[in-house]
Amino acid sequence: MPKRVLAVDDSKTMLDMVSFTLRQAGFDVVEATDGENALRVLAGVKVDLIITDLNMPKMDGVTLIRRLREDPQYRTLPILMLTTESDADKKAEGRSAGATGWLVKPFDPGEAGRRRQSGVRLSGAGR
Amino acid sequence: MIQLDQFRRTYFEECAELLEVVYARLAELAESRADVETLHAIFRAVHSMKGGGGAFGFDRLVAFAHQLETLLDMMRNGQLTADAELVALLFRATDMLSDLVEAARLGSDAMKGLEDELAVALLAFIETHGGAKGATSASSGPPKSAAAPAEAAVLRIYRIGFTPLPELFRRANEPLLLLRELRRQGETEVVADISRLPDLEALVAEDAYLSWEIRLRTTAPKSTIEEIFEFVADDCALAIEAEGAVDPAISPRRLDDATQPAATKPAAAAFLAGPGDAPPGVQSIRVDVDKVDRVVNLAGELVINQAMLMQLGSELPPELCPALVNGLQGLAQHLRELQESVMAIRAQPIKSVFSRMPRLVREVASQLGKDIKLVITGETTEIDKTVIEQLADPLTHLLRNALDHGIEMPDDRAQAGKPRQGTIHLGAEQRSGRILIEIADDGRGIDREKVLAKARPARPGGAGRQPVRRGDRQPDLPAELLDRRERVEHFGARRRHGCRQAQHAGAGRTHHRRLADGLGHPPDLVAAPDARDPRRHGRGRRRRDLHHPADQHHGEPAAQARRYPSVVGRCDVMVIRGAYVPLVYLHRHFDIAGAVDDPCQGIVVIVESETEGRIGLVVDELLGQQQVVVKSLEVNYQPVVGVSGATILGSGRVALILDVTALRGTEGSAARSVTASPSENAASRPH
Repeated sequence: MPKRVLAVDDSKTMLDMVSFTLRQAGFDVVEATDGENALRVLAGVKVDLIITDLNMPKMDGVTLIRRLREDPQYRTLPILMLTTESDADKKAEGRSAGATGWLVKPFDPGEAGRRRQSGVRLSGAGR
Repeated sequence: MIQLDQFRRTYFEECAELLEVVYARLAELAESRADVETLHAIFRAVHSMKGGGGAFGFDRLVAFAHQLETLLDMMRNGQLTADAELVALLFRATDMLSDLVEAARLGSDAMKGLEDELAVALLAFIETHGGAKGATSASSGPPKSAAAPAEAAVLRIYRIGFTPLPELFRRANEPLLLLRELRRQGETEVVADISRLPDLEALVAEDAYLSWEIRLRTTAPKSTIEEIFEFVADDCALAIEAEGAVDPAISPRRLDDATQPAATKPAAAAFLAGPGDAPPGVQSIRVDVDKVDRVVNLAGELVINQAMLMQLGSELPPELCPALVNGLQGLAQHLRELQESVMAIRAQPIKSVFSRMPRLVREVASQLGKDIKLVITGETTEIDKTVIEQLADPLTHLLRNALDHGIEMPDDRAQAGKPRQGTIHLGAEQRSGRILIEIADDGRGIDREKVLAKARPARPGGAGRQPVRRGDRQPDLPAELLDRRERVEHFGARRRHGCRQAQHAGAGRTHHRRLADGLGHPPDLVAAPDARDPRRHGRGRRRRDLHHPADQHHGEPAAQARRYPSVVGRCDVMVIRGAYVPLVYLHRHFDIAGAVDDPCQGIVVIVESETEGRIGLVVDELLGQQQVVVKSLEVNYQPVVGVSGATILGSGRVALILDVTALRGTEGSAARSVTASPSENAASRPH
């Protein structure tokens, strides 16, 4: 059974690209458009990994991570932040909230289309 | 690559939406209506445009968005206050961002460098107001390419000591994955220290007992190795020491497994739900317009098929198969609901086109040296997407006219006792199945004589300056100008207490220009029969009355179908509640012999027209109402005066959809001249 990933991003473009990349890599992907939406999605499905954007309306990524880490069932779930390399403060904030690692923006959608050459660049432990 | 094209399309659609958000939020800032969320929303929108732009390599867009983002971040952090100067700068920067998105979409370098000046202005603002902190804020520095080259291609050997703490595991990190990532950087020798591992009965699952000593040969710089451990740096004991450089020819950097798909740590809990579970909570999906159109067309064909079945069913004796009759009636109802639902999918808020107008007003007002405020209402009014797209040009034209010719210079306004700032109102509303779009300004109004003079071509001897009476046709005027002139006339008559009074008084209070009829009309004053009913455009459904002069079938809008007995003899008008209503004899228009010519003997169907007021259609008989799918006659045949479209009846015959307004227009000048109130014309035209 393929691993299931929850991708969270308010940008439809990024969400599409992340989902496509992960699906090409053999993952089962569920999507959410913000932190609140992600919590609702998680109420219905179990996932192996969460990849979340940080700047989102309603509930941002850092708050989402914090909320999930408060819940015992998500305490050890890998959660990756999707962020730009330059968001150093955000990265530190996410790390202290309990993020496992981060995905570097931007994605290269050209690469995303070529499965063998693609894959998201993961830093931290979530690769 | 199809998928890449799809991503790009999505990106540009998203940019259009995000720019709408930015403009709307900036308007809040400008009008001091902003709250905490306002700046966050603007920041997020710009950030998303930047993030997506980076993925597609739109470097100019990314670089400019980054400057803007930095400025916005300073505002969010309270380093800058949104005063008028800053808001004006943000508007200009958003305009530029919009241009850069468009340039990226077109793949154009035509405007290359145009953003530089504004980028400098942004940077200057950042440095002046935020100082060094702003220029080097957390989010400064545009995102680097994921494929950035290594800092140095020298092969080095690193010795890495890695001892995880229990916290590392509690954050769902996995040492094995870190070791794999190290291996991707080059050749590794890994030695595990298991000396602290207790006996099984003493082992605590959540504790950490292992540590590793890794020797790594790589061309990657130390910063790359530190980056791998960045997220666990606080949750482990880590030591990275360089042993020294070696000959790079000895061992090239390993890249062969650097492209493996991302792996994840398995979830601790078993799945409660199967893999096929749909994610709950997703509120909307994005679908290609082509796909929606296919559904719309199929629904339309179903309606035609249903009409044919109804026709066949009606020819059967009801007692023969009552279940069939019931089934057909149920089918009709469900199809009606289906089609309404399908058409609702195409409907979009008009704000997508309205949102482009504030920029136009800002820029033109600035060029003209005028102070103009644009007030927008009804932007959530929903209209068919295709109609929205066609509205942009006429609306732009109308607004430009209001800006150029309607609103006066501030000094002139002050002398006329008006506020120096002029106001233009752009509004949309739904009115009895139609969409009314209105542009009004508090300028000087329309100078009727000036418009007429311009509409008439100059003739030798100055004949072109002769006065024009209402209703007179000038055969030497180009059709477009004639139409324009007539519409100005009509418009003046309709707005007796607004425009006309204003223009005569020279004080200018308001003038209204209505987009209600005909996208094919000159956009200056009137547009879009289709705009008034989104469902009518091309393939929409609309309920029509079918009436029957002789054996011809025609349909027309069902809004005001009533029978009025108070017809005064054989006449061209009838009086309803003290007002004359002109009559249109369908059989005369279509040369149908043997039809009822006396309104008292036939039926007069009163039709409300947005531009012509009430019109009485004289028909023999009212056959009933029927749901039909309107087909464009222009596309499938050719334009026919007085006919706006056609439909296929259940019998397979083609029925024409009347364009009542156009029919009225072909009635001639005599009938045309009675559209004013009875008090003006009762004595002179006692029909």
